[in-house]
Amino acid sequence: MDLRFSPEEVAFREEVRTFFQTQVPLSIRRKVIEGRELTKDDIVTSHKALHKRGWATPGWAKEWGGTGWTPVQFYIFGEEMQMNGVPAPVGFNVTMHGPVLIQFGTEEQKKHHLPRIAACDDFWCQGFSEPGAGSDLASLKTTAVREGDHYIVNGQKIWTTLAQYADWIFCLVRTDTTTAKKQLGISYLMIDMKTPGITTRPIITMDGGREVNEVFFDTVKVPVENLVGEEGRGWDCAKYLLGNERTGIARVGTSKMRVARIKELARLVPSGSGSLMDDERFAEKVALVEVELKALEMTQLRIISEDRKSGRGGTPNPASSILKIKGSELQQATTELLMEIAGPLALPYVKQDPDDIGHNEGPVGVDWALPTAPQYFNNRKVSIYGGTNEIQHNIIAKAVLGF
Amino acid sequence: MDLELSEEQQLLKDSVNGLLARRYPDVVKTRAEMAKEAGGYSSVSWKEWADQGLLAIPFSEEDGGLGQGPVEMMLVGQAIGRTLALEPFLATVVLGGGILRHAASAAQRQRLVPEIAAGNLTLALAHQEKQSRFDLFDVATTAKPDGSGGYVLEGEKMVVLNGDSAAKLIVSARTSGDRRAKDGIGLFLVDAKAPGVSIRGYATQDGSRAADISLSSVKVGKDDVLGDPGKALAALERTADEAIAFLAADAVGAMEVLHEATLEYAKTRKQFGQTIGSFQVIQHRLVDMFTALEQARSIALYGSMMAGEDDTTERRRAVHAVKVQIGKSARLIGQDAIQLHGGIGMTSEYKAGHYFKRLTMIELAFGNTDHHLRALVRLGGLIEASKPAA
Repeated sequence: MDLRFSPEEVAFREEVRTFFQTQVPLSIRRKVIEGRELTKDDIVTSHKALHKRGWATPGWAKEWGGTGWTPVQFYIFGEEMQMNGVPAPVGFNVTMHGPVLIQFGTEEQKKHHLPRIAACDDFWCQGFSEPGAGSDLASLKTTAVREGDHYIVNGQKIWTTLAQYADWIFCLVRTDTTTAKKQLGISYLMIDMKTPGITTRPIITMDGGREVNEVFFDTVKVPVENLVGEEGRGWDCAKYLLGNERTGIARVGTSKMRVARIKELARLVPSGSGSLMDDERFAEKVALVEVELKALEMTQLRIISEDRKSGRGGTPNPASSILKIKGSELQQATTELLMEIAGPLALPYVKQDPDDIGHNEGPVGVDWALPTAPQYFNNRKVSIYGGTNEIQHNIIAKAVLGF
Repeated sequence: MDLELSEEQQLLKDSVNGLLARRYPDVVKTRAEMAKEAGGYSSVSWKEWADQGLLAIPFSEEDGGLGQGPVEMMLVGQAIGRTLALEPFLATVVLGGGILRHAASAAQRQRLVPEIAAGNLTLALAHQEKQSRFDLFDVATTAKPDGSGGYVLEGEKMVVLNGDSAAKLIVSARTSGDRRAKDGIGLFLVDAKAPGVSIRGYATQDGSRAADISLSSVKVGKDDVLGDPGKALAALERTADEAIAFLAADAVGAMEVLHEATLEYAKTRKQFGQTIGSFQVIQHRLVDMFTALEQARSIALYGSMMAGEDDTTERRRAVHAVKVQIGKSARLIGQDAIQLHGGIGMTSEYKAGHYFKRLTMIELAFGNTDHHLRALVRLGGLIEASKPAA
């Protein structure tokens, strides 16, 4: 038993870090560290830099561009990426749709789509949630009716992240409305966003961000060759997709990066006769986050260490189920502390869009403090998406505690 | 990076769990019987611990030990926590043994360690005083040179764990400086029956034993002075750090049992015509307990790997973090276990209360959660501040 990384692992960390710090533009990484919104160009630039190095799709099967890394290498890569403020390769492409295609797609689908997905030549988005199907995803109502060589899709998706940037959407649709079990009758379709009948409308979130959208489908014609897997078995794809990411979900590196930033900024802010970091009450709140974070990091390492022994894809360690809950709590705690540092300087609202409310014009406020409130508001999402933390409780109760 | 147990460690884990499960077939009843024995534990059982080599674990092979480390100690601690074992392992091996390893001369160690390992010698660390609370450097007991290399001790020690059954006491006493000075503390080996030593033993809240000890003109020969008599604080701190890592494992064992017991109770106890575990509110509380347990398990593992770290600051940071997380998890799991059991959880005949009390006492030992949180803050926490952008 040993906490230390091997010389090869240490060298790998160095290689990864050097790559991130030299090949991903500092301007983009600063935006992530400072909590500012990224443009499509930022995301794609970073993705392509990683792709060029062969690191955009490390988790894929080797024949499709995976790296064959050990669990420890994945861990190091993810941690360094997050700690250095590198935007992750587009998740919809890399950790969601790509692996589903590799697992369930036809050879033709794989040959056509996977290289474009890997290179982010196509930007994908995810069409799962609907107004009536959130945590209860299987209740979805968007229909796809077969007519000759096409499906005719009608319905609505919601909370579609970055649909405004997307070239393609992978969707869960109902191809059979008569099944007794609602999980059956769902199919997994790839839809070109340029198809006539698709309308995307932004949902402006409380932080002013334009991250999520509604996507409407009005008699949209989708070629049947865009069906992934069997008709009516889309739920298998969905389950596979949702179970694919295990350890990355805790985002320990992101929270570590934010704690380091909290300490940097709190030292610059006066409080009493010293800085805010000298304020015992504040410093103790930071330390409590650090302790929980260390425990979560060890939880993650326990899982990785076990994975390595039993091989990835073995029975997941029950501890992996707590990563989402604890990880999201810590992400939220760190954004809250950052806003607390800003204090009243967090108040000025910066227009995100020409159509935005408010009359502020030109630069307002203090640079470092401005993103803290929007970031705090925005991060309330992390305990909601991917199955709310309450759903996570239900999952653990059932899968781990045997209720 | 490898967090899996080696084959030898897995064997040790199985054997110590096996031994304790045999010794404590019914935790509440077995403990009640043991409490009637002198010293509050079974000396027959203690011999078995010795025979299995458990008492030799942390000592070096030259000294007569097995040369194993904090991970092996963690495995023993966890087994003790699962059974609330009363044998004086903490007092003798962790605390007494810790002081010997970190302060005593080779000659002293080679005289004492084989006796400990054989189960013939029990120790108690007489350090706590009425006023000292969590400050290891706060020592009022005095040690005056007797002119021939020995010392004469004077003072009062309190809540000395297993102090009423130990054959020898390790007493901390001040050779110079003010009560709260960090320098000027010495450690002295004293026979429990030595003239001037008066011991008043009592039961503790968690069913173990402790003693208040008064020292009046107690003579210590020069061979029984452990290390530099003015520089003992470092050995005390190091031993306390190891004790915290050990108690973290002990607490994890106790938390495991409480979680298992509460889960089982929720699945069997019926109210309103259904098991209480069918209610979502109960399920979610048990998930929170599970999460707290996994976090505790992780930090205890971290503690066991950092307890032997030679860089004092790094080690102390880790130990502070360990005690904070263990304190938080233990409080949540202990309190919720009692709450979810309802009335039965309040009774002394049911096991939950015993485990809860043990966890509560662990929280109060060697600095509580707040004490370690403040200490961690003073060391700047675990993560370095980032540097402003170039």
